Amino acid sequence: MRRRVHNRALVQGIGSKVSGIGGLIAGFLLAASLCFGGPANPSPPNMFRPASTPADAIFHISIFVLIISGVIFAVVFWLLVYVLVKFRRSAGDDGREPPQVYGSNQVELAWTVLPILVVFVLFLATARVIHSIEDARKPPEAVEVIAIGHQFWWEFRYPSLGVVTANELHVPVSDPAHPTPTFIRLLSADTDHSFWVPRLAGKTDLIPNRTNNTWIDPHEVGIYVGQCAQYCGTQHAKMLLRVYVEPPDQFKRWVQEESKPAQVSDAFSEGRRIFESMACINCHAISGTVADGRFGPDLTHLMSRETIASGAASNTPENLRLWIHDPDAIKPGSLMPAMKLTDQDLDALTAYLETLR
Amino acid sequence: MSSESIALNPGDESTRPIGDRLHDWVTTVDHKKLGIMYILYALVFLVIGGIEASIMRIQLIVPHNHFVSPQVFNQMFTMHGTTMIFFVAMPIMFGFGNYLVPLMIGARDMAFPRLNAWSFWLAAFGGLLLYFSFIGGDGLYGAGSAPDVGWFAYAPLTARVFSVGHSTDFWTLGLLVSGIGSIGTAANIVATILCLRCPGMTLGKMPLLAWMNLVMAALVLLAISPLTAAQIMLSLDRYLGAHFFDTQAGGSAVIWMHFFWIFGHPEVYVLVIPAFAFASEIIPVFSRKPIFGYPVMVAATVTIGFVSFTVWAHHMFTVGMNSYANSFFTISTMIVGVPTGIKIFNWIGTMWGGKIQLKTPMLFCIGFLFQFLIAGLTGIMLAVAPFDWQLGNSYFVVAHFHYVIVGAILFALFGAFYYWFPKMSGRMYNETLGKWHFWLFLIGFHLTFDFMHIPGLLGMPRRIYTYEPGRGWDTWNLIITIGVLFQAAGILVFVGNLLWSRLRGPACTTDPWDAWTLEWSTSSPPPEYNFATIPVVRSRRPLWDIKHPEDPDWKYE
Repeated sequence: MRRRVHNRALVQGIGSKVSGIGGLIAGFLLAASLCFGGPANPSPPNMFRPASTPADAIFHISIFVLIISGVIFAVVFWLLVYVLVKFRRSAGDDGREPPQVYGSNQVELAWTVLPILVVFVLFLATARVIHSIEDARKPPEAVEVIAIGHQFWWEFRYPSLGVVTANELHVPVSDPAHPTPTFIRLLSADTDHSFWVPRLAGKTDLIPNRTNNTWIDPHEVGIYVGQCAQYCGTQHAKMLLRVYVEPPDQFKRWVQEESKPAQVSDAFSEGRRIFESMACINCHAISGTVADGRFGPDLTHLMSRETIASGAASNTPENLRLWIHDPDAIKPGSLMPAMKLTDQDLDALTAYLETLR
Repeated sequence: MSSESIALNPGDESTRPIGDRLHDWVTTVDHKKLGIMYILYALVFLVIGGIEASIMRIQLIVPHNHFVSPQVFNQMFTMHGTTMIFFVAMPIMFGFGNYLVPLMIGARDMAFPRLNAWSFWLAAFGGLLLYFSFIGGDGLYGAGSAPDVGWFAYAPLTARVFSVGHSTDFWTLGLLVSGIGSIGTAANIVATILCLRCPGMTLGKMPLLAWMNLVMAALVLLAISPLTAAQIMLSLDRYLGAHFFDTQAGGSAVIWMHFFWIFGHPEVYVLVIPAFAFASEIIPVFSRKPIFGYPVMVAATVTIGFVSFTVWAHHMFTVGMNSYANSFFTISTMIVGVPTGIKIFNWIGTMWGGKIQLKTPMLFCIGFLFQFLIAGLTGIMLAVAPFDWQLGNSYFVVAHFHYVIVGAILFALFGAFYYWFPKMSGRMYNETLGKWHFWLFLIGFHLTFDFMHIPGLLGMPRRIYTYEPGRGWDTWNLIITIGVLFQAAGILVFVGNLLWSRLRGPACTTDPWDAWTLEWSTSSPPPEYNFATIPVVRSRRPLWDIKHPEDPDWKYE
């Protein structure tokens, strides 16, 4: 089902784009739109398939700019080719110099004024979009999130909902009639990072000792991927990012689950003992237990997430065990240390973490 | 000016012992020898930087590749960027400027020959210092490591807590030292052009190349200084407990960005204005017409110089500036497009009505025109701040600035190489090999950098050592890497052509292109001190006046 919707959107997208645009731009967009491949879920990033108001505004201004650029390109390229063909020295040339022309004030004036007009129009259109995105007011229904960039993962805190999670941001779908946008405050714990989910919004950097803001209001349910877009160190490449856009009731349920403390059964007390007696608790928090580290991701509801290591691996027991045993096997250079546990301890610890739902 | 009086015997170099000749090169203060040393030194680094690029492209040929580790990849893009900007592009432009400016304004040397030598050796030492990091980067702590903070080295990644060892210090000091050399050369070029022009050559009669080098040198003086200041502040942060950029202690990461880009954007013009200069000399000669709209070209160049200092924060559209700042830098950046567009039209106007000869230098200049047009248009796209929020820091930006630096600047440089090679070496290059070089490099360039725009539009950030499959990036990355093969083949043909022509090429005359500026009035290669008697000029094309006494330029200027 999802696949079909996806393809229809693609075809419509191409259709609407091709009409009225020069061949060059159409080709450009077609090439861009055709780059799918991979599973329908999550949807691949593509700025030409916007699914949220800011991304939509950017999409429209970008098409406008592409058309203007395309026209300028076509005119100047044609001029260049014409000149090369028409004024190439012929084979039977008499060797005399052509008429020496030094310039023309009228022509210079024309090709000074015309570009100024184009720039003026472009600027006005751009300033409008800048204002509409950057100066948007936060409605009272907005969901508030604090995103904190870490080397090399994302921390998401929902201050008014009492939820802390990592790498997978959950937000409600926003009905254009009653918008429930998500406003995100961007902070960094260490170096610069950048929050970029192309189908939802342009990127905004997370800079230490500075507060930035961005917002999204996704119109379609789905999983949107992005990743850190500002070089932040060794594992910048695997600082992946997912946004889960859910129907309001599903989002509400997710919030309810996530705001509970960890439910730990006594059957896994050995794993818990290992976790709490080792360095794990220096960096990781599990609410309801003594573990309250802030350096690494909060593990209270670890098993509610589909990926580990900031999207570098899917959240399976094997991957989790490997991640604890040898993080470099999944993400060389990550700041998670290899724990050097015995196989038995490793099994017990993994089993304990598997209970954190 | 009489053309007989300038024939000096350059002397037969090949009979002298090699030790003497080497000693001459090391101790020389001659602007031509220093120019050639700058160029050769840059060519060596061009090959090194190219190898670093190839390593990155092999790593990215398929998703989840294991050709190099993330650490090595990060060092490669840092060294590639730093090398290409500071140790290839700048020295090669200084090399051509050094060689050509005195010859074209009828001077016997630069204004300060010893400063010239000093600047060259500083630049050379800076490059060696940077590369010494490969063995000395971790100093006492063990094995070497090249810097891995990216070529713009954003704070606080350069703070000691994130960058342990000394790799960042090699980067800082390498740029600091070569930057002082750059300031020396820039001051020298300004002084030479202002003080040493031959009789009759008013500013309005200077070749455009001299004008553009004057603007370039002024930009270097103004732009390198903030970079130097920032490097010193960074060192203070790292070793003397200052906190300019140390965010953990209240410093500002954004201030570093401002310092870097108030250098970094004018730097683009430092590199591209000499490329304009080459095109402005080569296109007229191979179209057999004077440059169209000389005064407008000068005005456009000076305007670009000024405006280039008002656009730096378009590199920072994503750092969360307010809507007024973003709007300002949008309009200021777009304004650069106006004088730049005027230039493109003037070059086409020069060809209009001419008799265009498609020799290798001209081919490269046409490639320059075509690619610079596209680079300018993608530049306008990036100037649109909201568009930049999607494109910034993605492969689209990487494609855009390689379109400028390779597609425009390097193509114009190759044109310059072929155009002035006969003058510098006294021998003619091989035209067939030149055309092979052009076509191979053109195909490789377009395979690599045309297709590089697309993954950027599809959300692929720059500086990632690997990527996830299924994001629609795989095919494009494969094509991009294939393009590198063609570019490398083109470079091999180029180097082969240079070497072969230098050793075996046919001797060439004083003026093989039937050109019009003063460097073509002295022997190939020119003797020491260039001119036996200082020439006197009456127009912008002194050799045209000699060749066409019935129709001299000075009647019209």
